[in-house]
Amino acid sequence: MIVFVLRRLAQSVLVMFVVAVCAFSLFQYVGDPVNNMVGQETTAEDRDEIRRELGLDQPIVVQFGRFLVNTVQGKFGMSLRNSTPVSRLIAERLPATLELAFVAALFALSIGVPLGVYTGLYREHCASKVLLSLSLVGVSLPTFLTGILLIVIFGVWLGILPTFGRGETVAIGFWRTGLLTWSGLQSLVLPAITLGLFQLTLIMRLVRSEMLEVLRTDYVKFARARGLTNNAVQFGHALKNTLVPVITITGLQLGQLIAFAIITETVFQWPGMGLLFIQAVQFADIPVMATYLVLVAFFFVIINLTVDLLYYAVDPRLRIEAQAKG
Amino acid sequence: MAQGLVHRILDSDVWWSFRRSKVTMVAATVTAIMILSALFATQLAPQNPFDPGSLLLMDSFTPPVWEEGGSAKYLLGTDSQGRDLFSAILYGARVSLIVGFASVLLAMTIGITLGVIAGYVGGTVDAVIMRIAEVQLSFPTVLVALLINGVARGVLSPERQLNLAIYVLIFSIGLSAWVQFARTVRGSTLVERNKEYVQAARVIGLPPLAIMFRHVLPNVMGPVLVIGTINLAVAILNEATLSFLGIGAPPTQPSLGTLINVGNEYLFSGEWWIALFPGLTLAVLVLAVNLLGDWLRDALNPKLR
Repeated sequence: MIVFVLRRLAQSVLVMFVVAVCAFSLFQYVGDPVNNMVGQETTAEDRDEIRRELGLDQPIVVQFGRFLVNTVQGKFGMSLRNSTPVSRLIAERLPATLELAFVAALFALSIGVPLGVYTGLYREHCASKVLLSLSLVGVSLPTFLTGILLIVIFGVWLGILPTFGRGETVAIGFWRTGLLTWSGLQSLVLPAITLGLFQLTLIMRLVRSEMLEVLRTDYVKFARARGLTNNAVQFGHALKNTLVPVITITGLQLGQLIAFAIITETVFQWPGMGLLFIQAVQFADIPVMATYLVLVAFFFVIINLTVDLLYYAVDPRLRIEAQAKG
Repeated sequence: MAQGLVHRILDSDVWWSFRRSKVTMVAATVTAIMILSALFATQLAPQNPFDPGSLLLMDSFTPPVWEEGGSAKYLLGTDSQGRDLFSAILYGARVSLIVGFASVLLAMTIGITLGVIAGYVGGTVDAVIMRIAEVQLSFPTVLVALLINGVARGVLSPERQLNLAIYVLIFSIGLSAWVQFARTVRGSTLVERNKEYVQAARVIGLPPLAIMFRHVLPNVMGPVLVIGTINLAVAILNEATLSFLGIGAPPTQPSLGTLINVGNEYLFSGEWWIALFPGLTLAVLVLAVNLLGDWLRDALNPKLR
C-alpha cells in the first residue's frame, strides 16, 4: 500500500514539475517582460537596470528555482492586461468555476447513473433505445452549441431563465457564492446543464455497458439461483460492481469539466476562471495563462491521485495483487 | 488489376458489415455529400460570400425561405452583411474539413513516428516519450490546443497572426492529439518487434530506421485508421470550439465555428438562423463521422464477430 501511494505521489510530483517547466519557459521565451513593463523611450542602461533588479540576468536554474518558490507561495506575478496581481484575479474567479463544475457533476451523476442502470436492465425496451440514440447525439453536440440551443429555447423563446452572468452572490469570507440566492440558483441552471450534458451521456453509456457485463457473470446468476429478489441482485450485487470504473471515469471527467468550463463560461458570460483564461489567450497575457496552467494541472493531479487511491480502497482485488507482489 | 481490387473490396468482411448496417450507410452518404459539397463550394454556392461586390446590404437579416419575409434567393436567410447563409456554410464547411483533415494528418505523423521509435528502440527513449505522453494525456485536448494557440499568439505579430491563423489552428489541434496514436502504435510495435520477420531483417543487417519504417510500420497501421476517423470528429469539434471562442479561423476566412460565433451575437435580437444553421451543419457532420468511426471500430475488431 505504502509503495503504491509513494509511486503515485512521485508520478504526480513529476507531472507538476513538467508543467512548472512549461509555465516557466512560457515566461522565458514568449515576449520580453522588461519590454512589457517600460515604454519606447527607456534607454538600454535603464532596461539593464530593471533586468538586474528583477533578477533576470541570473542563471536560468536560479531563476527557475525562484519561480518555483514563488509559485508554491502563490505569488504568480502581475497580469499584463489589467496590471493586477494574478493571484487576486484567480481568487475572485475560482469560486464561480468550482461551483459551476460541482453542480454540473452532480447533475451528470444523479441523472446519468439511473439512466445507465435503466438502459442496462431493460435493454430491449423502446425507451432504452431512444435514450441510447439520444446519447450519441449528445456526444456529437459541441458544448457551445448545446449552450446556444438552451439559450434560444429557455432564454429567448420561453424567457423563463437567465442566460447571462451569475445573478446575485453572497460573500462568505473570500468566497462569493451564488448558491444561496434565488437569482444565483436560477442563473446556474442553464450553464450547469450545458456543462454536464456531455458527461451525463458518457456516464450513462458507461454504466449501461458495465451493467450488461456484470449481469452476465456467474455470481449474478448464482445470486438469482439462491432466490434473492430482483432488487437485491440488481442493486446489491450488480450495481455495486459497476461503480469502480464509474468512479474512475467520473473523477477524470471532473478535470474535463474544469477545462470545458472555459467554453460554457464564454457562452454564458459566467465570470469564472475559464473566461479569464480565454481573455488571457486572446491578449497573450502570459502570467495569467501560466498561472491557469499550473493551477489546472494541480487540480488534475490531485483528482487523479484521489481517484487512484479510491480505486484502491474500493476494489479489494487490487490490494491482494499489491500484497502478492510484496 | 482494378477489377480484382473492386472484387476484393466487394467480397470483404468490411463491405459486408457496411451493407448490413443501415445507419452506417446513411452516415457514409451524409459524410460523402458534405465532403463533396465542401470540395465544390465555389461551383455550388449561389453567391461568393467573400466577394463584397456581390453582397447587398439591403438584403441583410433576411430570414429563411419558409419564414415570413424570406426570399427564394436566400435559401437559409442572410447575416448582418447580407451574406447568403447557405453559401457561407458551404465555404465554412470547407475550412472546417481542411483544418480537421490536416490536423489529424499532423497528429498521425507525429504519433506514428514517435510510437514506432518508442516501441522499437525502447529503453530511455521509450520512457521519455511515454512520460511526455502521459503528462499531456492528463489534460484535455481542447485545453492543450488552446495553450499552444495562446503561445503562438505571443510569438507572432498581429498581422502575421491573421495570415497564419489557419496554420496555427492546424498546428495546435494536431499537436494536441498525437498521444493516442503514439500509444497505440507503440503497443503494436512492441508485439511486432519480436516477430521472425523483424529478426530476419536485423540479421541481414538492415539499419534500424529501415526496419522501423519499411517493415514494422505497415504492420501496425490497422488500428491507426480507426483512431484517425474518431479523431477527425474530435478535431472538427476542437476547431469549431477554438473558432467559436474567437481564437481560431478569422472572420475573413470563417469556419463553421466562426459562423456560429458571429451568429451568437444576434440570438437575442431574434435572428436565430445565423447561428443555428451552421450549428446544425456542424452537429450533423460530427455525428456522421462519429457513427462511421464507431462502425469501423466494430467492423475491424475480430473479437466482436
